[in-house]
Amino acid sequence: MSGSTFMFYLLGLLTVFSALLSVTSRNIFRSAIYLLFSLIGIAGLYFWLDYQFIAAVQIVVYVGGIAVLIIFSIFLTQQSGEKLPPVPGGRVFFSALAAAAGVALVMSTMIRYGFAITGSGNAPTAAQIGEEMLDINGYALPFELVSMLLLAAMIGCIVIALKKTETK
Amino acid sequence: MEPGLYHLLAIGAVLFFTGIYGFFTRRNMISMLMSVELMLNSVNINFIAFNKYLWPGTLGGTFFTVFVIAIAAAEAAVALAIIINLYRSHQSINVEVAEEMKY
Repeated sequence: MSGSTFMFYLLGLLTVFSALLSVTSRNIFRSAIYLLFSLIGIAGLYFWLDYQFIAAVQIVVYVGGIAVLIIFSIFLTQQSGEKLPPVPGGRVFFSALAAAAGVALVMSTMIRYGFAITGSGNAPTAAQIGEEMLDINGYALPFELVSMLLLAAMIGCIVIALKKTETK
Repeated sequence: MEPGLYHLLAIGAVLFFTGIYGFFTRRNMISMLMSVELMLNSVNINFIAFNKYLWPGTLGGTFFTVFVIAIAAAEAAVALAIIINLYRSHQSINVEVAEEMKY
């Protein structure tokens, strides 16, 4: 087994097992930390695929931004050391059944489909992505729309989370 | 066996349905949000895998991934603001507690 293959399986196992622990842990803070490791594993998979730009974005936005935001919200809304109530057995059984059936369906469809793999070309560089983002015939319009969306989300968050002042 | 497209798609499928499982079993809003993040990440893995192995040299999958990440960040920020506001008024973030608009 070559080093590259070994790294792939290591990252894949890290991602999948952390995700499984994240959705099953009864301590919500641990659940958030497992989610963090799962996101790091996914960033590692992007590095393994040579998509350095996406991997960097994943680390900056998910690991550095969303995970920290989630941990802060847990601190603000949860008593420390308090565990989540146990999930009823019937719900666990049927959810696991639905998830397993979904995995089986997707896997069987995927294997039978037979994708026409055209070899792996070079991953786009950050310079290419930047040029395409500002190209009027490329992705300039979605890029501007997403920036407007982020601005709207930022203002919306401030308005929603603002503490109401007492009216006299 | 050299890992390729199918291995990545398998990881994506397992991650997505892990997120589905978490979304079905959890009743805490922050936990449910974490499950949604897992699902969004599995979709990103699929986009990148398809871009690398089926359409090498194009930028479509990369751009979809970048936009999904940006929208996921906006969604997480708004959702957490709503959750914190809900906690202030209900002292709980269980989805079954917030039922004023149900009837």
